[in-house]
Amino acid sequence: MTEFFKHLKYVLLDNPITLIAGIMFLVIVVVAVMGSAIAPYDPLASNAALTLKAPSWQHWFGTDQLGRDVFSRVLVATRLDLVIAVSAVAISFIVGSFFGSLAGFFGGWWDLIVGRMADTIMAFPLFVLAMGIVAALGNTVENIVYATAIINLPFYARVARTEVNIRRNAGFVSAARLSGNSEIRILITQIFPNILPPMMVQISLNMGWAILNAAGLSFIGLGVRPPDAEWGIMVAEGTNFIVSGEWWLALFPGAALMLSVFCFNLMGDGLRDLVDPQQRT
Amino acid sequence: MNTNSKLMIIIRRILHAVPSVIGIIIVTFVLTRALPGDPAVYFAGPAATAESIQEIREALGLDKAWPEQFWIYVSDLVVGNLGVSISTGFPVAEELARRLPASLELTLIALIFSISIAIPLGIAAATRPNSWVDQVCRLVVTAGVSLPVFFTGIFMIYIFYYILGIAPSPLGRLGIYFMSPPHVTGFYTIDALLVGDLEVFWAAFVQMIMPAITLGIFTLAPLARMTRASMIQVLSGDFIRTARASGLSRGTVLYKYAFQNALLPILTTLGMVFSFMLGSNVLVEKVFAWPGIGSFAIEALIVSDYVAVQGFVLAMAILYVILNLTIDIIYTLIDPRVGLDG
Repeated sequence: MTEFFKHLKYVLLDNPITLIAGIMFLVIVVVAVMGSAIAPYDPLASNAALTLKAPSWQHWFGTDQLGRDVFSRVLVATRLDLVIAVSAVAISFIVGSFFGSLAGFFGGWWDLIVGRMADTIMAFPLFVLAMGIVAALGNTVENIVYATAIINLPFYARVARTEVNIRRNAGFVSAARLSGNSEIRILITQIFPNILPPMMVQISLNMGWAILNAAGLSFIGLGVRPPDAEWGIMVAEGTNFIVSGEWWLALFPGAALMLSVFCFNLMGDGLRDLVDPQQRT
Repeated sequence: MNTNSKLMIIIRRILHAVPSVIGIIIVTFVLTRALPGDPAVYFAGPAATAESIQEIREALGLDKAWPEQFWIYVSDLVVGNLGVSISTGFPVAEELARRLPASLELTLIALIFSISIAIPLGIAAATRPNSWVDQVCRLVVTAGVSLPVFFTGIFMIYIFYYILGIAPSPLGRLGIYFMSPPHVTGFYTIDALLVGDLEVFWAAFVQMIMPAITLGIFTLAPLARMTRASMIQVLSGDFIRTARASGLSRGTVLYKYAFQNALLPILTTLGMVFSFMLGSNVLVEKVFAWPGIGSFAIEALIVSDYVAVQGFVLAMAILYVILNLTIDIIYTLIDPRVGLDG
């Protein structure tokens, strides 16, 4: 473990970008947890006297067409955006690694069926498939989560399949087999913990994409409904005001979205360097 | 012998696409039948009586068993029947076909833009790994892929249209003072050139710049990263060392020897790039009021016109399979190693 922290320290110092991303990540998590407590105003409270005011000391990010404080709305939206992305990624990770591990470990029919299913999902342009899924299941936040989870499944299944497959006859697995462990037990207790590091990298790289995907869906009017604060829908509402010069409505939620995705992507790269220095591109 | 085996490989590649197409058709079939509640009630509309619902159920074949429904669905697809759009009253296939050129033209220009930035960037990074050029390249492409396309688009409109006033009004494919060129390919720029109307060509082109850059920025990352990785690998090869040792100029080594060999892995990432592009197309079309198939799908989504949405999903998926197949075939044709040992 001390070895790991030494390496972690080395990677962070060697690559300051990863360090910055790590700090940004902590800030995002704090905002997501504390959101409504640190927001200066009620994100849903409209004020007819203060509509479309430019950023000022009272309202850092200005006010929107209903006089709501954009800063408070951006802060509060962090939680919803993160919850959607984290739940979607968690579902993809659990389901994907389950089927991927079985395919990699047992091969044969498992491999064929899981591979075929993954290929079928990948045969669609992913965002378009997500649109179709939400349209079919119904326009709710929950279905945004499922759609995002489904389109990301193949990535997890593939990583899990490869990583399990290369270890299924490794020395420590043979040792476990010789000492009388059942195959399922070997898969769960011996192999699965070993594929976690590459899976973590996958999660981190995938998280930014999941946030973008969910925000994109709500931008086109799926899932989250007004007046709920969510970055994608706030940018969509701000679009109507950009041609008349009220830039702050779209800029701040868009920037929040961009920064969090950027942070996850950089962290994913950093994590990959940490786990597998050879893979760097 | 050589061309023959290449032909065989191409035929095999085409056959490989068949399971994908079958998978796509099954998925879209399930999606059209997965509508919450009873689809017949939904299609009958709010003023439906019990008889009219029953009538619609029979007309749509919803009273039949699943395999039979699937068979009807597939036989409709074979003749290009995607159903009728409830919101516009026209067949979905016709609606999509009319709007497809607008989307394709935009995607193509965006692809050209993306390639012309990403490949030089990737090469620059690969020739000086871990230098500041490399770090800047990494930062730029990561920022590019982190930018939500709708956000980039909106701020380009704000800066170049609202503040600077140098961009045309971000609404549609042509300014209101121009007549669309006579329909040949459906690509306004090409159609305008065909009748020699330079003014319309320029107007259509200018209109496309902002949406195309918006779309292109998002796809810089996979292309630039693959270029970098592929070039680094090729540059460490023995034949590059030999070429350098033989005193060939830096440019010749880089572009003639290294880049040509690095091109193949780059070509394979194009599949992923297309997936990105076809998806983000929908968002970009909404921002720029671009009258393509993405805008059509969003309008259909808003009024719950599910037949149109699923028709759109199917059309995009088929388009994507065709694009991937084309990439595979080009790969087979230009890779000198393919077919030699087969």
